[in-house]
Amino acid sequence: MASENKQTYKIPIGPVHVGLKEPITAWLDLDGERITKATIRPGAIHRGIEFMARDRNPIQVISLSERICGICSFSHVECFVRAVEDAAEIPVPTRAQYIRAIVLELERIHSHVLWAGVACYTIGFDSAFHLGMLLREKVMDILEAFTGNRVNYGMGTIGGVRWDVTPAVDKALREMLEYYRREFDAFYDVVTEDPIAKARMRDVGVLSREDAIAYCALGPTARASGVRCDLRWSAPYEAYADINVKPVVPQDYYGEVHGDVFDRFLVRVLEVYQSLDIIENCLDGLPEGDIMTEPKIAKLLGDLKKADGLGWAAIEAPRGDATHVVKLTGGQENLTWWKVRAPTYSNAVSWPVMFVDNELADAPLIINSVDPCISCMERMLVTDKSTDSKQVVSKAELLEECRAKTRRLMQG
Amino acid sequence: MQGKNEEVDAGMMTFLLKIIAGAALMLLVGIFAILFEGLDRVIHAKMQRRVGPPVLQAFYDILKLLGKENITPRSGNKWLFNMSPWFSVAVTLLVFMYIPIGSFPAILGTSGGLILIIYLLGLSAVMMAIGGFASGNPIANVGAQREMILMMSYELPLAVVVTTMAWLAYTLGLPGQPFSLETFAATSVWGVVGKAGIFGLALLMVSLILVIPGETGKGIMDITEAKTEILEGLTIEYSGTNLAMIHLAISLRALAMSGVIVGLFIPWSLGASIGFSGGLLFAVDFVWFWVKTFAVAILGVTLIRTAYGRFKIWQASEFYWFKTAGLALAGMILLSLDVLL
Repeated sequence: MASENKQTYKIPIGPVHVGLKEPITAWLDLDGERITKATIRPGAIHRGIEFMARDRNPIQVISLSERICGICSFSHVECFVRAVEDAAEIPVPTRAQYIRAIVLELERIHSHVLWAGVACYTIGFDSAFHLGMLLREKVMDILEAFTGNRVNYGMGTIGGVRWDVTPAVDKALREMLEYYRREFDAFYDVVTEDPIAKARMRDVGVLSREDAIAYCALGPTARASGVRCDLRWSAPYEAYADINVKPVVPQDYYGEVHGDVFDRFLVRVLEVYQSLDIIENCLDGLPEGDIMTEPKIAKLLGDLKKADGLGWAAIEAPRGDATHVVKLTGGQENLTWWKVRAPTYSNAVSWPVMFVDNELADAPLIINSVDPCISCMERMLVTDKSTDSKQVVSKAELLEECRAKTRRLMQG
Repeated sequence: MQGKNEEVDAGMMTFLLKIIAGAALMLLVGIFAILFEGLDRVIHAKMQRRVGPPVLQAFYDILKLLGKENITPRSGNKWLFNMSPWFSVAVTLLVFMYIPIGSFPAILGTSGGLILIIYLLGLSAVMMAIGGFASGNPIANVGAQREMILMMSYELPLAVVVTTMAWLAYTLGLPGQPFSLETFAATSVWGVVGKAGIFGLALLMVSLILVIPGETGKGIMDITEAKTEILEGLTIEYSGTNLAMIHLAISLRALAMSGVIVGLFIPWSLGASIGFSGGLLFAVDFVWFWVKTFAVAILGVTLIRTAYGRFKIWQASEFYWFKTAGLALAGMILLSLDVLL
């Protein structure tokens, strides 16, 4: 049966695919159902947000950064705001830091519950998907009660937050904690009990610890491969320094690491429980005080215009660490430049490793398993429709371009 | 001379009657199949704490699709592509000609039995696969390959159950043809065997119910059309009337399989147990048959697809070849021991 030169055929997953939330293409070389090679082709949803930011002042860019991603919207705001605060040396009141941590954890719950639902949908387990959507409603309702919005919260501002935790919000939040501790067990059962879910996720899309480190995987993807990494633990920011956050790694719970989709599911589900504890700790220890350093936006803008310098911030977003770098030039109202590095940018690199020797049926699950946020990730696109040339930029060229850009920015 | 003419006339009359009854039954079965799909969606939704569509939504969908244009892919074989959905529906409808509906004898019961039913169901699956191959789409190709593998997988437990039942009918000398469903409708198999035999029969019935998801490609066996994997697989290129036919064929296969299970294992007549006779008996048993069939189909399709996700194709093969067939073989052994000892 097995012939020497096996005929493979190519099947694209994406750019538009039922199992994918966002456009990305994976060209799979198939031998029967087995994947022999995978080529990832991003570039379908580049929006040039960083370029748009250069015509805007930092306050305007806050709402722009919120729209980088639909799910980790506050993570990008938080990261951008921290970068600007770093550049302009603006302090943040302690109460605001705690509130930021609360919103970040709410967002993590939102993101992980949504992901768990979508992962179940990808393996055809629609009941768990609908349960996920039902559970997600609660945290979205709470975010709406807290901030006034369900998706883009409009919560962050430079030097603080815009909404306070009132007694009513505090009550609603604690009620939510109760709700999730009661209702979220269903997902835990999917991880540990359901035989078919286990058959579909165990030993699928394996990323070994060595590969996770070599390919710079981040966040839950790296943690599921057994890498103990979490910025909330290794480089605490906001309120996390006061709260004991430990990275969730499968070896602590199951004694062994597979680095497969099952472990990624497990890590995310356990992180939801961790987030609930963090929110409770934050609410219990919420200090009194202001929530903003400078409530008058005009005055804040004036301060920012005077500021000159490079600001850098990295936070643990639901999908891994997001990094923002901002350059402010004294006397200029607008941002000089802004660089966003979303976690999917790193995680996407490990996709081809995960794909090899899996099956076609696993492909969308593997793509989804790193919780990709393609619109966060897309930063560059080379097209030349007029000559119909298919140019692929090599690593060396990219590095050279990158250095040239840095030199330009340093001079300008 | 006179006598022979009368004989020809009588034969002609039966032939015409069979055609009329068959046409009426096919129409009714078609409607029931769509109704089943509607019920399936509603129950599925209720179990997921959703509101769900109206029961008649499946009818609206089919009606809408019937009014839409058929689009034939340029790279495909048009003739095969357009023929296979119709053929699949026709073949599945034929299955109902060999199933006794309540107290009505099967319309073509004298000319075919279980073996034919298995082949008709298999042919229906093969026609769907041919349609997938004929579309020339690589994804449909994957779906069609999976359909063929799946078919070969669930044929084994199906064959084991059917041969065991026929052997049982033959050995115990049940009145009628051993492979005809009429035989099992007339005499309940549960009454003619001992305790071990009843357990064996239960195992056979369970393994036959487990074949339903494979037969319909729903739930754990939603592999040929897995929309999050291969985008509705072999039906990806179908649209309009052809797609309506495919949906109909899938629902019909669920009902046909459930009808066979009801015929083999749940033959009890409600009308007779109440004490009805004549027209009333036939009417009550007709409704009763469909109630039983729907119950089995909901068990086999709706419950399983709500409770679990889907397998991969090799896992599905393993499930049928080892687990389900193992169950059926255990049932067979228990039953043979019971009958022979």
